[in-house]
Amino acid sequence: MNINLILFYVLAFTAVGSAILIVSMKNLVRCLFLFFVTLFAVAGLYIFALADFVAVTQVIVYVGGVLVLMLFAFMLSNKLLLNDLRSGLSGVFSIPSWQAGVVSLGLFVALLGVVSQLAVSEPQWITQAKEKQLYIQYHDNTIHHLGINLMTRFILPFEVVSVFLMMALMGAAHLARKEKQTS
Amino acid sequence: MISLTHFLIVSALLFSIGLYAVLAKKNAILVLVGIELMINAAVLNLVAFGRYDGALYGGQTFALFAIVLAAAAVAVALAIILNVYKHYKSINPDDINNLKD
Repeated sequence: MNINLILFYVLAFTAVGSAILIVSMKNLVRCLFLFFVTLFAVAGLYIFALADFVAVTQVIVYVGGVLVLMLFAFMLSNKLLLNDLRSGLSGVFSIPSWQAGVVSLGLFVALLGVVSQLAVSEPQWITQAKEKQLYIQYHDNTIHHLGINLMTRFILPFEVVSVFLMMALMGAAHLARKEKQTS
Repeated sequence: MISLTHFLIVSALLFSIGLYAVLAKKNAILVLVGIELMINAAVLNLVAFGRYDGALYGGQTFALFAIVLAAAAVAVALAIILNVYKHYKSINPDDINNLKD
């Protein structure tokens, strides 16, 4: 058991544990800050898959943008949201609707089945990549390759995403504006 | 080198927790957090498989696209939640049962 694997397990337990706490806590502000912890831990997991640029993007976009936006929306709505909207059940691990638990547990079992299938019969392209040493190595300059690929092979999705982002932000600004009383 | 199975199990866990949040939570902001958890699990899968695509970096590129799209979705969804709150004075998804007429 090397240090790599230990760090991976620490990050994975942080991510999954804080995610479980998010769904079991009642205080919305605590939930949002725990979401912060989950996002950081998942960014660490991206680094273990040698995707350092994706990890940095995750920290910038999610922690810097999305989370602040969520806190902002939370502050704009009123104090009523601080109260627990559920009623009756109490305790840390209370399940408000057991149907949702059954559905998500079933999905998890199904996903585990798929993962075990992968262990039995690996896809061909992964086996080939392992044989030819084509997978990303530790000393590879990921950002260099990523930039070249974004500007050559993936230029069309890149442009489409940029236009889509502009449209979505304009739409959000349009939706969030104050209505005129005269209309 | 950490095997693919580790990543897949972690992302399966995150995905099911996100699904639980979407189904069970009575607060629209927390439902949004659940959706974000599911998107993060999917991005973790993209990145973990993209490790074996050393020539094209397809997995990492599309992980970047997915993160950008998720950010755009959050901006729009929060604007919608604020509007819904203005109209219904509540963000419990169970209370929202009318269309505009």
